[in-house]
Parts: sequence; C-alpha cells; structure tokens
Amino acid sequence: MKYDILIAGVGGQGVVLASRMLALAAMKAGFHVSTAETIGMSQREGSVSSHIRIGDKISGSLIPIGQADLLLGLEPAETVRNLPFLREGGKVLVNTHAIPPASRPPGSPEYDPAALLSFLCTCYPDILCSDFTELAEDVGTYRAANVAMLGAAAGARVLPFSEETLKAVLDAEIPEKYKAVNRAVFERAVKCIRFISGT
Amino acid sequence: MGIQILFRFILILFPSRFVKYIKIYQLVKILPAIRDDLLTDKKLLMGNEAIALGAIEAGVQVVTGYPGTPSTEALETVIRHADRCGIYTEWSSNEKVALETAVGAAYSGAKALVTMKQVGLNVASDPLMSLSYIGVKGALVLLVADDPGPHSSQTEQDTRAFGHFANIPVLDPATPQEAYELTKLAFELSHEFEIPVILRTTTRVSHSCGDVEVAVAEPAPVEAVCEGFVKDRRWTIFPRLTAERHPWLESVQVQLSERFSGLPFNSVSGSGKIGIIASGVSALYVKEAVETVRGFEELFTLLRVGTVYPFPESAALSFLKGIDRLIVAEELDPYLEEQVLQLIGRAHLLVDVYGKKNGIFPVSGEYNVDLVIDGINRALSAFGEDLRLSQASPVISREKLPPLPVRTPTLCAGCMHRTVFYAFKQAAKQLKKEAQTDTIFSGDIGCYTLGNAYPLNMVDTCLCMGAGVSIAGGLFRTNPKAKHVAFIGDSTFFHSGIAAVVNAVYNGADITLAVLDNRTTAMTGHQPHPGIGLTALGNASKAIEIADVVRSCGVELVRTVDTVDTDSLESCVKAVKEAMNFRGPSVIVFKGKCAGITKPDKYYKIKPEACTGCGLCIKELGCPAINLAADEPFIQDSCSGCGLCAQICPSEAICIGGVKL
Repeated sequence: MKYDILIAGVGGQGVVLASRMLALAAMKAGFHVSTAETIGMSQREGSVSSHIRIGDKISGSLIPIGQADLLLGLEPAETVRNLPFLREGGKVLVNTHAIPPASRPPGSPEYDPAALLSFLCTCYPDILCSDFTELAEDVGTYRAANVAMLGAAAGARVLPFSEETLKAVLDAEIPEKYKAVNRAVFERAVKCIRFISGT
Repeated sequence: MGIQILFRFILILFPSRFVKYIKIYQLVKILPAIRDDLLTDKKLLMGNEAIALGAIEAGVQVVTGYPGTPSTEALETVIRHADRCGIYTEWSSNEKVALETAVGAAYSGAKALVTMKQVGLNVASDPLMSLSYIGVKGALVLLVADDPGPHSSQTEQDTRAFGHFANIPVLDPATPQEAYELTKLAFELSHEFEIPVILRTTTRVSHSCGDVEVAVAEPAPVEAVCEGFVKDRRWTIFPRLTAERHPWLESVQVQLSERFSGLPFNSVSGSGKIGIIASGVSALYVKEAVETVRGFEELFTLLRVGTVYPFPESAALSFLKGIDRLIVAEELDPYLEEQVLQLIGRAHLLVDVYGKKNGIFPVSGEYNVDLVIDGINRALSAFGEDLRLSQASPVISREKLPPLPVRTPTLCAGCMHRTVFYAFKQAAKQLKKEAQTDTIFSGDIGCYTLGNAYPLNMVDTCLCMGAGVSIAGGLFRTNPKAKHVAFIGDSTFFHSGIAAVVNAVYNGADITLAVLDNRTTAMTGHQPHPGIGLTALGNASKAIEIADVVRSCGVELVRTVDTVDTDSLESCVKAVKEAMNFRGPSVIVFKGKCAGITKPDKYYKIKPEACTGCGLCIKELGCPAINLAADEPFIQDSCSGCGLCAQICPSEAICIGGVKL
C-alpha cells in the first residue's frame, strides 16, 4: 500500500503542523511515513508545501509528478501550482480563501482567485471546495484553517486512517490552551464536508 | 477586487445553512482502505532530531554549533535534553569557534558534536584542516548539512568532496533512521580511529520527518567519561609534528576504506548487468525509479553507499566486477563518479560509466524521482537498450497551468529592517538629488538579505557571512565618489563582522555600517547570540553591546537608534544622514524587536474617507499586511503595528485601528 498526500499553502498557514498530524496518524495506524517540508527562507510569505508519503515501504520523501493521491490545498493559487503532482483519479480538497501575494513586482501576473477556482473545478469535477478559513474563524480563530482542512479530509474519508485516529493525534499534540477550539473546528469541518458531499 | 468576486461566487453557489462554505460537485467515492491503530515504539523524527538522539545515545558530552539551515534543529534538540542528560551545549559565535571549542573538549577525552550548514564548514575549515593531522582523543563528530537546490544557501558545495580534500571520513545517510544510526557509527569510528568524522546530510534528510526506531524511548543522562586533558606534544601542531603525522593520516584512510567495505550501510541489491551506484537520498530515488520495471532485480544491480569517504573500494570493486555498465546517480559533485572512474582505471575493468561527466545527469540542482528516471532512461538509450523506466504522467502538466501569482520571500509585516532600509533609501535619494552622489548598499546574510526584494531593492551586493563591511571597503577604494553603506545583522556582526570593522578603522575606509539589531538570530528560527544576555539554555550571561564593541575598535561616529517607536522613521533618517556625511568609518546600531517573536499590541487601519488611493504605502514598502481590494489599499489581520505606513502616508489616512489582544 502507498498513499501520497501533498499539502500546499502559504507560509504561516500551518502547513508543517498539518503534515505532522497526518504523519503521526499514519504511524499510529502502523504505516511507514516520510515527509518533506519547506522550512527556512521561503516560509516568509512564500509558497510552502509538504509531501507526506505513507505506505508499507520506506521511500524518498518527495512525491514524484503525477503520483499524489490527495492534494490538500490551503490556498487556491497554491493548490493550482501543485496540481501536476496529482495522479489520475487523485482527490483535491481546497480552501477557497485566497491570500494575495505580499508584493507584486512589475510584470508579475495578476492574482484572480475566482478564475483559478473555476479552473480547478473544470479540471477536477469531483473537487471539494469550501472557505475553511472562514469556517475556522466562525468557530474561534482563522489560524485553525489547517485543522479545518484535516477535519474535512477525515470527514470526506479520503485518508488511510480513521477520523478517530487523527482526532487522538490532535488531542495529544495540540497544547491544552488551543485544544478546545481546534477540536471544535475539526468537528465543524467534518460536518460541513459530510453535508456538502452528501455522505 | 478578486476577493469580492469570490464572495459573490460563494453566495450564488451555495444557498443552504452552510451558506458561507461552497460546494462545487459531489465527491466520488473511491476511498483508501482504512487501517486500524497499531501499537508501536517508533517516533516521528526530523532527520536533525534523529541525529541529536543518536548523539545523546552515543554519549555526547559537549555540543556546539552555529545556526544554519538546514542544520539548526540538531543542536536545538540536544538543548531540549541538555539539562536532564548532563550535556554541555552552546551556540558559539561562529562555526570556527564552535569547532575549536569542541576540539578542546575532545582533546580532553570527551565526546563532542559540532553542527553547522555546509558554508559554515568553510568558516571552520582552518581548524579542521589542521585537526586531521592532530586527531582527537574522545570523539569529535561534525554534522554538516548540504543544501542541493539550493533552498536557503549561497552555494551548492558538496561536503563529500570536502571530506576527501581534508582527509576526514564522511557518512551520508538517506533517511532519518539512517541519520540516527550513522550518528552512532560516527562516534564509534571517531573514538576508535582518533579522527574527526563528518556526518553529512542534505536538506531532504535533515528536514525530512520519518518513523524512526530508537533504542531508548527517552534520552537517558550521558555517562560522563572524560579523563581530562593530559599534556603531550601531540596537541601542538608544528611542521615536524605534521610531517610525522601525515603518514599516519594516510594510513587511516586506507584502514577506513577497508572497514567501510564490510559495513551494512554499503549494500548491494539485485543481480543485473546494469549497475547503479548512488548515495544519500538519491539512492532512494533510484530504488523508486527502477521498481517501476517488472523484474528489475534481474536487470539492475544497485550499490548504495552510506560511508562515502574514504570510498569503500573493496566493496565497490566486487560490485563493479559483476556488471557491464554503470549509472551514477548523485546530487551535487560527481564525487562517486570520480571514485569509480579511478577505481575502474586502476583495476583495468571494462565498465562504461554514465553520470554527470557525459551529460547523462544534471550537474547541479536538487534531484527527485522524476529526474533520476530521466537520467536512467538517457543512459539506457545511450547504451542501446530498448528498456525505458516509465513515469506517471500528471493529469495537468506544469505548462498547462494558468498564470499564478509570484510569491517571493518577504520581510515580515512590522519587521524593523523595513524601517531602516526605507530610511536609507530616503537619505540616498536626497543625496543623489542634492549632490549627485550615488550610494552603494552592501548586504549580508540573514533576514535582511530580503531587503533586496521589490520594492525596497536595497541590497546591491551579498556574498557570505560578514562580507558586507569589507566589500563596502573595497568598493570605496574603487568608487571614491560614491557613498558606501553596509548592512549587517546582530548575530552576523558577532559571527564575522568585527574583524571587518577593525580593518575599516585601521585602513581608513569611508563607510557607514548599519547594524540591524533585532535581538535574535531570526532567519534560522530565533537563537540567542552574544548580544542578548542569554545562553543556548536560556541562562543569563553577559550581554555584549555592539555599540561598545565598535567604539572600542576605534569607530568615531557611533549612534544607537531605537526603531520600536511608531514614529521612529524620522530619527532613523536623521541618524543615517549624519553617518553618511561623516568622513571615515561610522556605525549606526538600529535597535528593535523581531516581529516574528513579538506579540503585537496594536494594529493600523486605513481611513477610506482620507485615503486618496495614491498607493504609496504599497508601492514603497512591500509590507505583506497591506494589500489592494478593488484598487484601494487595506490593512490585513497580519498587521503588527509598526506604524511605518502611517509615517509615510502623504494624506495621513493611516491610523491606529485598535488594540491587539
């Protein structure tokens, strides 16, 4: 068995934390796991991505082109940027909340999130989109959008481990102070995704 | 503008109770098989964390280092266990000092670890080159992290080749698990052969996380075995001693090569006539690439080299004797390729080699599975094989993607460097206007290198740690009519800036040095340094004042400017003008707080009725907290209340929006 997940977002969105939670849940379920993250300079408002490789064998930490089973996009443009990694039939979950780039050097393309979202929907008719940042904000803090995406992935049943396994990892890893809000965001995202996907 | 369209789009699409959360289409129900929980004693560790745990298990007593991506987390992990395990740890002022401190400990019989990034090894190379002749007593391991790509480095240098140059053994792990095991081996070898050992990683090992099986669940206190320093002529390098030790050093290389040939970290798999040799993560990419072929075991023989220098010649020779053709897959230098080429020549073997030297593999950049497949296919085609490794084709290729926003790394919202850069920019502009004098800005290594980005464009040169000051001095000799400004961060100042200040004073360079003192080593994740008054463990220490240092070096104009106040721009510009007008070396220490570790107490907002939409705040500052919506600037949640935008707004349309909780 192998299951490759790619999380894409912008520095500061909590991509690394989300990837750690998925990796720990995969380990808890008895798989080998390896992750590759963008750390350092590019964290500052740059594009960040995390590759999570789950399976029965140990492999290099980078997902090859066209092999990701699941793409968790925390931001529309970053989701599109990483589409080439997705395999035929792979799943896409997108946070529609756009983050415009910090500065626009002359000649750089205009950011049109709506156009990118419709591009995503045309390419992947079974895509699941929602404003997870707003969902998290409504529950308590926009910062928990990453946890909302994890809840959505668990709720959509596109992970190779159970919702309970992931919840147990979140409970063990998230500091006491933030536990309640993250738990609530997770549950809300599970409900939201079940509702919109009709499951 | 884009966001408003998006909101409309959301409302049209989804009318129900979840009106804010849009749905596009139904989920197709092809779901992965779910596995139940298993009990496991494994830990999820980053490569650097695994190295730290390996070192503690090996009994390390002294750990030193200087922060540098991607090596930093190794020492940070040791620091977390230092008190309980009884390990001395320090962030040293630079890599040379770190190595020399560890050398003293190892001379006394202790086990020591030094951590640094690859360019840090250049700084530490002076002691290292001599140390190989002297050797050590306890054990001395250097963690040196290479950065193919590079992701966050000045060079794509290869520490495997450095080990070869310095006669120092190099181990090259592929995964966090191997990093943990090879760390323990490095300590054993260093102790047994009395020679320093380099554990070389790359970004994809140091910064990769994986499940690691560790021998002890929680790091235990280390056993403090250290007989203390014993006086002996062997510790004092001298031409005669070097001449005596050189034959020993060469003999150790031969012994180690033999030892390495028998180790399981150099493993052969498969029985095919096409050989592939690889080390580090490239070996995993090769494995994944060939596994796409049915019966790959009969087609290929793979030699994975985990102990790369001294090259395990005996093991390589028996591998080479079983094959007709050899493919070499390795990032950075053609190190393995050169080793096998000379071995093939010496042994008169008839094996053709396909690697970087004949254009089969890229000579630079980071590798991945796809790139390795391309390389192997090029080699297969070059030697007339019909076989090709298959590659998954993406549903949407890169070329078919719509235009995407460019996200370059940027100074954080509220970063004090932005205020300082802007002050210099204003002063230089005025100088150009009034006296037709150009200003050349020399940058240095740290967050403030990001001052090169649009729209600040305030870094004209950047070379290596501490180089800005001396380069400004050289520019002054050749461009005497221009003004010369060098920027340096607080940690970089202590790392290698002081000698350059001494030189500027001694030789009378007319330069202005701006020290960007944000009270931390920010770029690498906020480590303390000699100016803070805290040690690596957080204990109080003497804080060294940068202004006092430069004054004692003989700098006559020294100013300290606070950048914390929300009206600090004016005082910054005033100090900048004074320093730039001064003949001779001048220094301004700009003191502030790093926005990355300071909880903001307020935020700013734009009064729409006062805003003329001139866009100056966006065009001049490039602050990630200010953006455009329907062609009007607005300030986002990420504002940390520095107030710089309010100070430059010509219509006074920006004001404090409220208190941040």
